Order: sequence, then C-alpha cells, then structure tokens
Amino acid sequence: VSFLLTCPHCGIREVTDFGFGGEVSSRPKAQPTQRELNTYAYFRRNVAGVQREWWVHRSGCGAWFLAERDTRTNEVMWTAIPEEAPAP
Amino acid sequence: MTRLDPQPGERLDRSTTVRFTFDGAPVEAFAGDTIASALYAGGRRIFSRSFKYHRPRGEMDWAGQGSGSLMQVDGAPGIRAASEVVREGMLVEHQNAWPSLDFDVMRMSDIAGGPFTPPGFYYKTFKWPRRAWPLYERALRGVAGLGTLPHRQDEREWRTEYRRRHCDVLVIGGGVAGLSAALAAARQGADVVVADDDVEPGGALLVEGGHERVRALAAEARAAGVEVLSKAPALGFYDGLVPVWQGDTLHQIRARRHVAATGAIEQPLVFKDNDLPGVMMAGGARRLAALWGVLPGTTAVVATTGDRGLDAALALHAVGVRVVAVADLRPDAASRELGAAVQAAGIRLLAGMTVVRALGRAGVRGAVLAAVDATGKATGPAEEVECDLLAVSAGTAPATSLLLQSGAKARYDAATSRFLADVPDGIVHAAGAVAGHEDAEAAAISGTVAGLDASVTLGLGGANAKRALTNERKRLEALPTAAPVAAPPAYARDGRRGGKAFVDLDEDITVKDIAYAVDEGYDSIELSKRYTTVTMGPSQGRHSQLASIRVLAAVTGRPLDDIGITTARPPWSTVPMGALAGRPFEPAKRSAIHERHRELGATVKWAGDWRRAYDYGDPEGEAQAVHQAAGLIDVSTLGKLVVRGPDAGAFLDRLYPNRVSTLKPGRIRYGVLTSETGRITDDGTIARIDDETFYVTTTSSGAGAVLNWFTWWLADWRMRVHITDVTQASAAVNLAGPRSREILGELADIDVSAEGMQYLDALPAVVAGISCLVLRIGFTGELGYEIHCPAPHAQDLWDGLMQAGAAQGIRPFGLEPQRILRLQKLHILVGQDTDSESTPYGAAMPWIVKLDKDEDFIGRWALARAAEHGAATALVGFSLPDGNVPAEGAAILDAGGAPIGQVTSARRSRQVGKVIGMGWVPVAQAEDGAVVTISYDGETYEATVQTSPFHDPEGALVRS
Repeated sequence: VSFLLTCPHCGIREVTDFGFGGEVSSRPKAQPTQRELNTYAYFRRNVAGVQREWWVHRSGCGAWFLAERDTRTNEVMWTAIPEEAPAP
Repeated sequence: MTRLDPQPGERLDRSTTVRFTFDGAPVEAFAGDTIASALYAGGRRIFSRSFKYHRPRGEMDWAGQGSGSLMQVDGAPGIRAASEVVREGMLVEHQNAWPSLDFDVMRMSDIAGGPFTPPGFYYKTFKWPRRAWPLYERALRGVAGLGTLPHRQDEREWRTEYRRRHCDVLVIGGGVAGLSAALAAARQGADVVVADDDVEPGGALLVEGGHERVRALAAEARAAGVEVLSKAPALGFYDGLVPVWQGDTLHQIRARRHVAATGAIEQPLVFKDNDLPGVMMAGGARRLAALWGVLPGTTAVVATTGDRGLDAALALHAVGVRVVAVADLRPDAASRELGAAVQAAGIRLLAGMTVVRALGRAGVRGAVLAAVDATGKATGPAEEVECDLLAVSAGTAPATSLLLQSGAKARYDAATSRFLADVPDGIVHAAGAVAGHEDAEAAAISGTVAGLDASVTLGLGGANAKRALTNERKRLEALPTAAPVAAPPAYARDGRRGGKAFVDLDEDITVKDIAYAVDEGYDSIELSKRYTTVTMGPSQGRHSQLASIRVLAAVTGRPLDDIGITTARPPWSTVPMGALAGRPFEPAKRSAIHERHRELGATVKWAGDWRRAYDYGDPEGEAQAVHQAAGLIDVSTLGKLVVRGPDAGAFLDRLYPNRVSTLKPGRIRYGVLTSETGRITDDGTIARIDDETFYVTTTSSGAGAVLNWFTWWLADWRMRVHITDVTQASAAVNLAGPRSREILGELADIDVSAEGMQYLDALPAVVAGISCLVLRIGFTGELGYEIHCPAPHAQDLWDGLMQAGAAQGIRPFGLEPQRILRLQKLHILVGQDTDSESTPYGAAMPWIVKLDKDEDFIGRWALARAAEHGAATALVGFSLPDGNVPAEGAAILDAGGAPIGQVTSARRSRQVGKVIGMGWVPVAQAEDGAVVTISYDGETYEATVQTSPFHDPEGALVRS
C-alpha cells in the first residue's frame, strides 16, 4: 500500500506517516441490545468502495482526522478534522 | 591482447590506466572498463562457476544481467563484474570455486553427478536423520554458493540514504524511447525524472550505431531540465511509488504519470552445452566490442532467428571478427535485405538452420549446425564449424515486469512468439521496445507520443501539445512494420547423447529438469518455477522465462498461451538487503538518570523502547532494602499525560470505569482503562492538580497507545480538553521503604508527616531545590513517594535523595526487585498478568467498575454483562514451598492432568520465604487454601492459592 494523505494541519505526507483508525462507526447512544453491542464491537462493514475512516498523523502532529477513501483504488476524496468534515 | 583500436562510441578513457587485482594478480584496465571487460581484454574467458554443477561460465549479455560474472569485490559477494566499473586498487576475487576458477574440484558434480542432482534433490536426499540437516545445509551452502559474506559486522553494514522525490513524470529506462519521452514532457513544462540502470543513458543505441544520436538526446533532455539518474535501476511499482536504487541512495519516486521504457531483452537459444564460455548473446558480443573496444572472439558463428543476429554478424565482421557462418532459422533469410548484406560481406549464410550443440570443454571450440523441425530435432546432416565465439539470438522479450506490476495484463502474441503487456488507460504509459517499437525510429516516436500523452493528461502544453500528440501518433502508425522473427524451437538437438541443454544458466536448470518436474506432477508454470527454481536466479528470468515456458509447452504438448507467464514480483533488479532494511540502528529511549545507573553498575536491559536498569547486581537484596530501610527506583518510563480543561473531569469519567470527576484537588485515584468490550488495556494513577487539571500516569509500554486512545476519543467527542504528553519531558523516581519519609522530609519544603501528607495525596513541592510533584502511592507495598520533576533536573533529584538517604541505608533498586515487591502485594502488571480476554472482574478488581455512575463510559455495556454473568476464571496469587520458580506461562493442571489455567508471574520472595506467583485458575479454585498443580519443565508442583496479598495484606504499611 502506498499513497499520499493530506494531514489537515501539516499537509501532504506519505501514508506511512499515519496510523489507520478504521472505518467510522457510531457509538450507540443508549443501552444497546446484545446484538447491537456485538455489531458495534466486532463487526465492520468492510466496504469495497468509498468509506469514511479515521486516521492519525502518528509521525507528525498527532492529530486524529477523518478521511473518505476508495478502498479499491486508495483514492482519497478529502481529509478534515472532525469539526470541519462534511456531514455523512 | 584482444583490445581493438579505439571504437567510435566506446566508454573508455585510454589515456588513464586503472590498476586492480584479480585473485591476487595485478590487472591493468582503462578508465571506463568494467571488471569483466578488462579481464576479457587480458585473455580471461571463465568468470565464474555455475551454481550447481560448477561448470565454467563466461558473460552472456555484457550488461551483467545474469549470474555469469558474479564476483567478490572488496569483500562484498555477488557483484556483477560485467557491469561494475573498475576503480583503482579494488580487490576482485572469484567465488563459488575451489581451488581456482580454472580448476574447480566440484565440477565432479557435473561429470559424475548426473543422477544425484535433479530438482528437489537436497530435500529428498538429506532428510535422515532430520536433526543433521543443519550440518548438511552448511556443507551444501559451501558448494552451491553465491560468495561469502564478510565476517566482520562493520564490513557488512553501510549507510543508505533515503530520498523522496515527487515529480510530474517518471521515465523508467533511459534508451532512445525513454529520453524522447522525457524531452517531450519536459518541453511541455513537466518536472521529469529518468531512471536508467546503465552507467550512462542511451540504451541499446549506444551499441547499435546510434551512440551520437542518443548522447546528444540525453544532453538535450538534461538541458531541458530532466533529472537523469544513472546506475539507478527501478525495483518495482507499488501503487505509483517506484523505489529506485542508486548506490547508497534509495530514491522513493512518486510521479503523477509514469513512462515505462524498459526495453526488450535479447533471448538465448537452448541447445546442448549452450552455457560454454564463448557462447554469448549476439547483442552482448557486439556490446563488448562497441563500448569497451574488446575483440569478443577471433572466429565466430552466429545463430539467430531474425534480423538482430544478422545485424550483429555484420557489426562483428566490421570490427575484425572472422564470422565463418551465420545460421538463420528463417528459410527465406537469404532473400531479406540484411541476409543479402551478410552474403555480400562474404559470410556464409545458412538459412533454415540453427545451432544444435556447442563443442568444447572449458570454452567454445566449435558449433554443430543443422536444419531442425518445429520441435528442434535435427532433420538433415549436421555440420561442425570451428569457432571460439558462438553468438546467439532468439529474438527479444519485452521487459514487461514493471508494467505487469502496475496493472497491465500479459498477453501471448503468436506473431512474435512472446508475451506482451496490454497497458490499461491510467497513470502508466509504455514506450519503445517494451511496447513493441523496437526499431530506433519507432522507439523515438513512441517515446515522444508517451511524453506528450503524459503532459496532456496532466493539463500541460495546452492545444499545441494536443496537436503535436495527434501528429506524432500519425507518424508512428505510418512506420513500416518490423521484419518477422522465427519462433525458435523449445530446444534444438542433434539426437546424440552427452551435454546439457540449459534453460536457466543462473540456477543450472536444464531441459531434462523441467521434464523431470513435469513427470513428478509439477506441470503448471507456477509449480514448475517453484519446484525447479527456474527463473528465480540473479537474472530474475530475464534470459530464462520465455525459454522455460517454451520447454514446458513442448514437454506437456500444450500451446504457449495456455502455459501463461509467472507473476512478476518486485524487486525487478538486484538490490542489497541493507538498502531495503533501513538504517542499521535501533532507536533507544534512556531516562535522564541513565548515566547514574551505569555508574552504579546496573544491569541494563531492553524494556520496550527503553533501556532500563533491571537490577544493580542483587535483586533480592535490593528488595529487602525497601522492606527494611529505603530504596530508590527510576520510574521515568511511566507514561505521563496532563489532561486539562473545563471538561477534563467529565472526559476522564467517560474513559475510566471508576469515578474521576469526584476526585478532590490534591488527591489520587488508581484507574484501569478498558476497551469497549470491557477488557483491561492499561492501568495507572490519576492525580487531580486543580479543578481543571489532571496528571495521569500509564504503564511504561502502554504510554503511546493510551495517548492515542485519549486523543482519538477527544477528536470524536470534541470536549473542551487539552492533552499534553509529558512522558519524555518529565522524569520520576519512587522513594520507597519505612525510612523514606525521613529522607524526603530532609529535602522537601512541605510537611510530609503522616498527617501532613496522607496516602494518595498529590502535592507540589520543592525537593532538593527542584520543583516536583510528589504522589504518595505504594506500588511496592511499603510507604512510598513517587516524585515527578522536569527531566533535566532528574539527575540532581536522584543524587539529592541518595545523599540524604545514605545515613538511612538507602539503596537503588531496579525493575526486577520492583517486580518481586509488587508480586508480594498482588499488584497486576497489565499485559503480563492480564491478556486481551481479561476483565476487571476476572482480574479480581470488581470494585473498580462503577456501573452506577451517571456518565456513560467506554466498556460500560460489556462490563455490565460481565458483572451479571461472572467470569469463568480468576486471577489469584499462589505460593510454593521455596524451590523452583515456575516459568511464566507454565500450565496449571486439574487432577486428571488437563490444563485449566496458567502462571503469569512467579518470583522467589525472601520477605515471604517462599516462591510466590500469580496465575489464572477456574473460579472454583480461586479460594484461599485451594491447592492447584503447576506443571513446569517436566515436573509438577503443588501450589496453594491465596487471594490476599502475601505482604502486609491489610495495607497498613502504605498508609502508615
């Protein structure tokens, strides 16, 4: 895997500068059922296509940010800190 | 001497002599010579011994792509002498031969070893007894070798620089196509890099009569701003990132568009004894004469399947080689333009014939020529022709590996009997011979097309570039098609016994070996490759891939496109492991007090990234000092985070299962972090400094992960909190033992009496003149103070405490005695006593989970379930009568001998007078006094379970 990613603070860097936080999933708001909890804790959608995901600039400023990436081509649509990310 | 008069395009500077030694003997070369060209000029024909049979070998292509010229240079093995330029004083030695290159006793394996060396031979033969394999391996390594590594570590290491280069267009290959592409793109304003593996750009034209043209083109490209990297092979294609190795630099080149102009590779013919020194590629022989002015042979036979060989025959004739016969497999060779030219030069042209056998023992003395049928069997009378050079050409194979790695699809082209790459629309363009444009003119125009195409897709050059692209495309289409090439037979043979027909010279794989593998069931190309190792040698199949496919097709009777082609994997070019392995150092963290520990004689060991003092030579004695007087340990490795802001308390409430926001300023609470599934991930202390500030410590190894965890949730929750990692900025020591209060009292500006500073108090103080944060906590189980200060002052703090404590009997203690002390208290080490399945309930800490907390927190729902259902196993203490210490991980058995749990920690405790430990047991056994069996090192031991601490179970000492 090799592509470029834009840190919202530091700019364009090699992907090896970053840590991957996986696809964005929302934490249940209230007491989940056992099934909901299992789904939240263990299951991933693992889409072949564009997904919203977490990244951290591990070897840089340390910021966590959001990105949309096509998992088939590694094309990155955008990156942004959560406050500035487009609504999902 | 076989040096020719100066050649028009040669690379030599004949006014400068370079001296080096080969196997101890002095050799004189001209500047610009390669090791092999200088040795050849001096009369040497054998450069190496083959991998398996130790047959004498010379250089085939004079570009150093195969294994023929592998030598040991200045101690480094596996250097290709045919591409390594001479340097004054270099020490060159042969490899893989004993006692010498010209007489190698292991040649016996070729002469007598016929039945002993088929594929898979080692693994079938050297199996018994199994434990003897290392001995066999060592012996085999000695005879089937690729040189020897230097013994000294420093001679095996070198420094690799890493350079990241971003550009608009990367052109791989600096031949006429690549240079034309680079120039065209640069003229449209693109930032262009060319990576070429030869010592100068120019490619095939340097040898084939176009040296002035390509050298001028290279100069023009440089003038237009193109960065040309020479001796810089591209290693692979990784999603648009191309690593290019150049000496001691690894360029990581990322381009927006790529032009693959990797050329085509001339292929050898397969016939009996086709590996004798003196057998060369026709292009190789030509290269030797053109670039280094060396006469490749005095009397030559040329065997070819197309115009390449005829062209080479004329070139060899022109430099003074007596070409006695040219065998062209095409029946109509004489009626072709070049065929007529060959005959006009007075050379015998044998149309429809090929070479079926080379004659000679240590070198070519003749060639046997015959007409053959489609399978390669001689159909007419064979003719023996004396010669000392046998130049062969079976056409070319496009160098498609990098294209295939970039996503192109391999396709068999029946017209040219070889595999081409279909390049999809995208960021990669192909130009020149690799795209089928082998003729110089076609290659140049296709390069210009690729360069313009890349520019236009990048939006450079505007309408003019588009117009030029259209025109150049038309010019390319209008060119005449190249002359046809005959498909060579899989292997040509005269029907006589004796001799070996090599498919792969690198790995010593013969036609027989491929057939043998098919008999054993390895009849697909991927299996055949793995079983015989064909194409896996130094040339990476450059000379053997097509030949091996042809032989497999012939043996199995299947068509070539059905056989297919093996996957092209990086690296495409040879690269030292060291260039990829990274810099030869291991980053280490050291505490600010590290030098003191060394002076005190500490045993320093790795603990994660840290270099830590394990003990000072007497771990049990050091532990006793903490019980009896005082000890001082460096705990700077603890993770330390300052969590600050109006929401800091609420933020920590969401992360920890216990309550944090209710903590009063100046107080400390122990905290365990869990995952969303309720599993323990880390632990530490939380001290509240003021309303909005918390000082959080983590385990040493978990510091990075906890910081990541905190900042991630903070990004998600967007609370008014700032997290500052002060792990490296702050140092910490733990002063522990009954006398620690007196020692601290001497140095601190605060009241440290039992009333003034109570257990779990956190107070700022000046200690020994240094501003500190003092935490009264007790990991060791004795009265203790964890003192944090800015790292630059840590050594002064350490010294101050050691001096003040000298009269009280203070001793430094290391990590090992601390582990004994904490085990006596059953204080867990996360990751040692817990694993990814451990919940606070199982780890005997149910009290730390506050399910009645108002705030939601990470792991709450999973922990609520765990609380309802209870754990199946529990973490308990155990003791054994003084004796053996079971290893961490030792099994705990039930009455029937089945494993029911495992030991996680065990130490000998002088204080308790027993061996003590912790481990996981079923809840039924997790009761005081229960007896469990521990199996360790073939013995079993009875251990007694204890759920309360071994030392000071009430905790009176830490609170005193």
